[in-house]
Amino acid sequence: MTSGESVTVPASDRKRPHRLAAILRSQMRNIAPFLTLICLFSFFAVASPSFATLDNLGNILTQISVTGIIAVGLTFVILCAEIDLSIAAIANVTGIAVAYFTLQESYVNIANVPMPGWAAILLALALCALLGLVNAFGLTVIGIPSFIMTLAMMQIAAGISALLVRGQIAYKVPPLVSTLGSTSIGGVPWIVIVAAAMLLGGHLVLTYTRFGRYVYMVGGNREAAEYSGLNVKLILGSVMVISAVCAGIGGMLGVAHFGSAQQNEFDTYLLDSIAAVVVGGTSLFGGRGGIGNTIVGLFVLGVLNNGLDHVNIDSFLKILIRGLILLAALIINVYAQRLRERTAE
Amino acid sequence: MPAGQPILELQEITKAFGGVEALRGVDFALTAGEIHGLVGENGAGKSTLMKIIAGVHADFSGRFILDGKETRFRSVRDAHAAGIAMVHQELSVAPDLSVAENVFLGNQPTNRLGFVQWRRMAREAGEQLKRFGIDVDPMSRLGDLPIGLQQLIEIARVLFSGARIIILDEPTSALSPPEVERLFATLKRLRDEGTSIVFISHFIEDILRVSDVVTVFRNGRKVAETRAAETSKPALIEAMIGKGREALEETYTHDIMLPPPAERPVVLNANGLSLARSLRDVSFDVRAGEVLGIYGFMGCGQLELARILFGKLRPDQGSLTVAGDQKAFRSTADARRAGIAFVPESRRDMLFHQEPVYKNISISVLDRISSLLLKPSREREIAARQVDQLRIRPAAVELDLGMLSGGNQQKVALAKWLSYPPRLLVLCEPTRGMDVGAKDDVIHIVRDLRAKGLAVIVLSTEPETVLSLADRVIVLKRGAVVREFANERISKDRLLEAA
Ligand SMILES: Nc1ncnc2c1ncn2[C@@H]1O[C@H](COP(=O)(O)OP(=O)(O)OP(=O)(O)O)[C@@H](O)[C@H]1O
Ligand SMILES: [Mg+2]
Repeated sequence: MTSGESVTVPASDRKRPHRLAAILRSQMRNIAPFLTLICLFSFFAVASPSFATLDNLGNILTQISVTGIIAVGLTFVILCAEIDLSIAAIANVTGIAVAYFTLQESYVNIANVPMPGWAAILLALALCALLGLVNAFGLTVIGIPSFIMTLAMMQIAAGISALLVRGQIAYKVPPLVSTLGSTSIGGVPWIVIVAAAMLLGGHLVLTYTRFGRYVYMVGGNREAAEYSGLNVKLILGSVMVISAVCAGIGGMLGVAHFGSAQQNEFDTYLLDSIAAVVVGGTSLFGGRGGIGNTIVGLFVLGVLNNGLDHVNIDSFLKILIRGLILLAALIINVYAQRLRERTAE
Repeated sequence: MPAGQPILELQEITKAFGGVEALRGVDFALTAGEIHGLVGENGAGKSTLMKIIAGVHADFSGRFILDGKETRFRSVRDAHAAGIAMVHQELSVAPDLSVAENVFLGNQPTNRLGFVQWRRMAREAGEQLKRFGIDVDPMSRLGDLPIGLQQLIEIARVLFSGARIIILDEPTSALSPPEVERLFATLKRLRDEGTSIVFISHFIEDILRVSDVVTVFRNGRKVAETRAAETSKPALIEAMIGKGREALEETYTHDIMLPPPAERPVVLNANGLSLARSLRDVSFDVRAGEVLGIYGFMGCGQLELARILFGKLRPDQGSLTVAGDQKAFRSTADARRAGIAFVPESRRDMLFHQEPVYKNISISVLDRISSLLLKPSREREIAARQVDQLRIRPAAVELDLGMLSGGNQQKVALAKWLSYPPRLLVLCEPTRGMDVGAKDDVIHIVRDLRAKGLAVIVLSTEPETVLSLADRVIVLKRGAVVREFANERISKDRLLEAA
């Protein structure tokens, strides 16, 4: 193929004047959330003496654990440029299911079906996986946009929860679940360890496996992924199932952590999980970001929620402040995308 | 032809992207009422210079003089206001809007209340397009039209925008010969009315035929500027890529002889393929070690045909048999597993612009080099070999794909399938946007693959592409096979006649 006089650009002939600027600009989406985190942390550390203590740091970790577990799966979904609005509802129904299959105290007025602990856990996991499969089916086979499909699933899961508990509250969960959800080992809560392990697992899958690469490619350019002979539907379906299962695990541990299983217990987790992923800098348009971003996003949210409790602010104002910070992060997200597009032309 | 003062003058233009210097001290002048041809290898800096003129790139060094006054555009808007319009190499239409909206993009006719006058807009768009020989329903969604027609509509929009400087970056790449003729006639008319036009193309003959002045770029520098009447194709090619390769591009005006069919096993048999209004009862087969050319004008159904072969579309009727097994592809993944590779005609659909070159190349062979875990060093190695073989420039596998020039991106689209050669390679417009040297490279690559026993199908609207590659040619017209050339004499004229 070589024919003597091909024209090449010798490496020495290239200058690299704006290299650093270019790198900074392309890394904008990773740098901005990190700066946000540092600013928030410094602010609260100065504003409240009780904030920057080791104890409180532990609190923050525990507080973001359930969100973290749910956000692992959601990161996969958003990387594919899809969305899953059913995560909180699926977390809820899975938590309720695991309690439903556990023997409750006699004063709890639920017609439950007691089973051995392992069976209850497996059934609950099967339930969330099944709901994820239904999402996957609707999205890939029928072709319903994920936004609509998971909106419907949110209702369906809430409906199942309602039927299972009928307005009551259940307290008992299998021993394994309650250990992981509400006890500590060597001073570290198990739920923090589980969240860390799942985040690490998600990161490894996304960065080092073939499936992870496919997720990024499908998110980056779905058409191109298809023309490269990837099974795009299989990949999209898989991320919906992964998301549902992560949500389910978060739901089970959450129930143990809170000490009760009831309707609408996880409602705030939908917004929190989406916020964590997006605030961290994962692109809503797919293909950019990752678990690293999600972790930063989790801390931004955790520091914000926890810090606001340490300073003297009207508790109603807090909601507004959270909303504004979320908006700012979204603006940065979109802006970073545009900056990048411009650098890459 | 009014010769005289330049209306636009660029001096000592230098522009770098990160580490890559795309332009180094380029001077360029444009006079009123001239067609200025621009040629050069892939990555020579043609598009970059034009984007500077059109206000896309605002940070560059050098002087920019318009009508004798030094200016600087800060955006495309500024350039528009100064009467400069550009058709980009990459199609930049709004696929979800109607044809009419695309024609009037940004300046829809409105009534006094500011509401868009739809009926008037549709009527005027229709008339404008008809003047240019395009007959479409102005209210149809643009994205539903074939890519060539979209390109024509974009060209029409810019030509009739009233701009006094018009830049056309490889506008003919998706057009069939009659459309190119119409375009040239329109360009000449606009020129005679005083418009200045810059015309970039890799078809040297077209450049010579339509331009008054030709500028040659090489490696970010201007290496020649002559009057078109005073130069020749070999001279231009020599200026572009160096001595000794002048004879690269043949013109195929004389007959060539197609070889007799080889006695090799049939790799793919298509039987009675039909698809809605696009294809009617198309049957053919292709053998190992054979290149089948499928020629036809834009909209003849070849794009749909190619997508059926790769499992992206499903035929209403008919069957595909790959190496003796009847297949009903349910996805592109099925087709790939059956050993079929596919390069579509549009780079945008094929490549990941925000990912590095090596990931773009390795994507279609990942499952062969890794089962669970990725092997990035192996990926880079494979990519580096392809980059080397196809002479992709710059030769850096870590660079984001979006930073390559158009022609080099096209090479990457081909490269991704070559690291593990498939059984059947389906190429749509494989040389579109490539310079003469790169085209020659592609021809050699395809011949190499053929020698290794691959079956290749080349679909193109360019007669030269088909003639330079194919052993056997079928001609499609309005979705049906109208002629097959095998073991006989063929020429560009005969091919055009049949289509
Ligand atoms: N946005 C960008 N970022 C980084 N590098 C770029 C960018 N655009 C162009 N380049 C580089 O600048 C050089 C010139 O590119 P340009 O697109 O001007 O080439 P061209 O002459 O138009 O080639 P082609 O015929 O392939 O379209 C190439 O080396 C290319 O890689
Ligand atoms: Mg170009």
